[in-house]
Amino acid sequence: MLYLFDLVLLVVIVLLAWRSLNDADLFRGTVSFIALGLLIAVAWVRLRAPDVALAEAAVGSGLTGALILSALVRMRRRGRDAPRPNHAGGAIPRRLIGVLLLALFLCLCGAMLRLAQWPEGLTETALAELPASGVSNPVTAVLLNYRSYDTLLEVAVLLLAIVGVWSLRRAEWPGDVRESYPLLMPLLRIVLPTLVLAAAYVLWIGTSKPGGAFQGGALAGGAFVLMLLGGFGRRALRHRYRMRVALSCGLLVFIAASVGTMLLTGEILRYPAGFAGHWILAIEAAALISIACTLGLLYLGGRPEEAGDGTPVNRSVNGSKNGSMGR
Amino acid sequence: MSVLYTGAALVLLLTVVLGLVRVFRKPGSADSLLAVLLFGSTGVALLLVLGKGLGWSWTLDVALAFALLTAVLGVAFVLRGWPGDGTDVEDLRR
Amino acid sequence: MIVLDVLTGLLLCAAAFFFVSGTVGLLRLPDIYSRLHALTKADNVGLGLTVVALMLQAESWSEVFKLVLIYAMVLSASATVCYLIGNEAHRRGQRPRRSGAN
Repeated sequence: MLYLFDLVLLVVIVLLAWRSLNDADLFRGTVSFIALGLLIAVAWVRLRAPDVALAEAAVGSGLTGALILSALVRMRRRGRDAPRPNHAGGAIPRRLIGVLLLALFLCLCGAMLRLAQWPEGLTETALAELPASGVSNPVTAVLLNYRSYDTLLEVAVLLLAIVGVWSLRRAEWPGDVRESYPLLMPLLRIVLPTLVLAAAYVLWIGTSKPGGAFQGGALAGGAFVLMLLGGFGRRALRHRYRMRVALSCGLLVFIAASVGTMLLTGEILRYPAGFAGHWILAIEAAALISIACTLGLLYLGGRPEEAGDGTPVNRSVNGSKNGSMGR
Repeated sequence: MSVLYTGAALVLLLTVVLGLVRVFRKPGSADSLLAVLLFGSTGVALLLVLGKGLGWSWTLDVALAFALLTAVLGVAFVLRGWPGDGTDVEDLRR
Repeated sequence: MIVLDVLTGLLLCAAAFFFVSGTVGLLRLPDIYSRLHALTKADNVGLGLTVVALMLQAESWSEVFKLVLIYAMVLSASATVCYLIGNEAHRRGQRPRRSGAN
C-alpha cells in the first residue's frame, strides 16, 4: 500500500514540476508550484527527513508561493504577463539541452546507486560526537557546530539577497484593506500570535527535535508577510535603523561568536566546552530574527523609504486615510 | 492498523490530485484560489495521517507549520493576486 | 484497546468520505460559490474527524494539544479565506448561477 502511495506521489510530483515550468498561464504555474511544495514536503516526510520537511512546508510552499505571486502581480500590472509560447531559442538547442539533462540525470542516478557501497560515511563519527556538540538534534549539530562556518556564510548570503533587492527598487506598499474586509483582523489576531509562538517553539526544540533557526525564521517571516498584508507596519519599517539592525543582527552575532570563540578557545567557532549549547542557541535566535525580517522584506519587494529624506512617498493602492495604524 | 493510515493517506493524496484537475481545467480562473483552500485542509490531513501511519510525531510540527503558512498564502492570494479580470465567463455559460 | 482502534478506523473512513465528497463537489458544482461551500465545509469536517481519530490514538497530551491547535488554525484560515474569496468574487461581478436555466 505504501508503495502505491509513493508511486502516485512520484508521478504527481514530476507532473506538477513540469506544469509549473511549462504552463503558459503563469498564474496556474504558480498554483502548480505551491502544490508541488506541499507534495515535496510529503515526500520529505516519506524520506524521514524531518528538518527538511519542516523547512519545505514553511518556506517552499507558502512563502515562496507568496513571493512568486507578488512578482506575478507586478508583472501583470505592467502588462507583461500575457501567456507566452514556449518556443524560445528554437528546436535544436532545446533538444540538445534535453539530451544533456537526461545524461546528467542518469549520471546522478548512477552516483546514488554507487553510494550504497559506503553506507555509513561520517554518520557514525557525527553521532558519536553528538553529546559534546551541545545539542541532541544531529541536524542542528551539523549546521551550527560541525559546519558552522558554512552556516555563517549562508546567513551572509541572505543578507546579500536583501541588499540586492533593496538596491534595485523602492517598496510598493500594500494598501490598507482592513476596512473593506472586516474578517481579516480577527484572523490576524488568531494566526499572528500563533505564528510567533510556533516560531519560538520551533527554535527552542531545534536543539533536541526537528526544528531550528531556519524553520522558525520561516514561520516568523510568514507572520511578517501576514502583517504586511493586513496593512500594518508601515511606520515601523520606515524607521531609519530598525530594519537594518534586524536584518544584519544574525550575521553580526555570528561574526561576534566567531571572534569570541577565537579569543576564548583559540579556534574560530570552536565553542567553549560545556557551553556549546548556549552559544548555538544565541546564534540561532539572532539568525531567526534576521531570516524572518529578510523574508518579510523580500515580500515587500524593495526599500522602505526612510521618513524625512525628502523623496515623495509611494501612494498605496487603496490609500490609507490618516496614516496607517502601524506600530 | 498502519494499513488504515496508509490507505487514508492514499485516499487523501488522490483527493488532492483530483482537486488539482479542477484547477487546471481552465486558465486564469478564480478556481485556482480554491486550490489553496484545498491544500490547506487536505494537505494538513495528509501530513497528519501519513505521520501517524509511519509512526513519527514530528509530522505534527510539519502539519502545524503548513497550516499556518497556508493561512498566510491564502490571504496573500485573495488580497493581492486575484487572477484575470474576475468575470469567469465559462462559469456563467455552464 | 480494540475499541479505540475500531473507533479510529470508523472516524478515518468517515473523514475520507467527507474529503472525497468535498472534492467531488469541487469538480461537479456549477459556480464558485457552491464550490466554496463544498470545499470549505466538507473538507474541514473531514479534517475535524481526522483530528478526533488521531487524538484517540495520541501518545501524549502535547500531541492532543497540537492536533487541536492545528485544527483551530485551519478552521479559522479556511473560514476567512472562503469569505474573502466569496466577497471578492461578488465584488468583481460573478453572480451565483440560477437554477432552471437548463
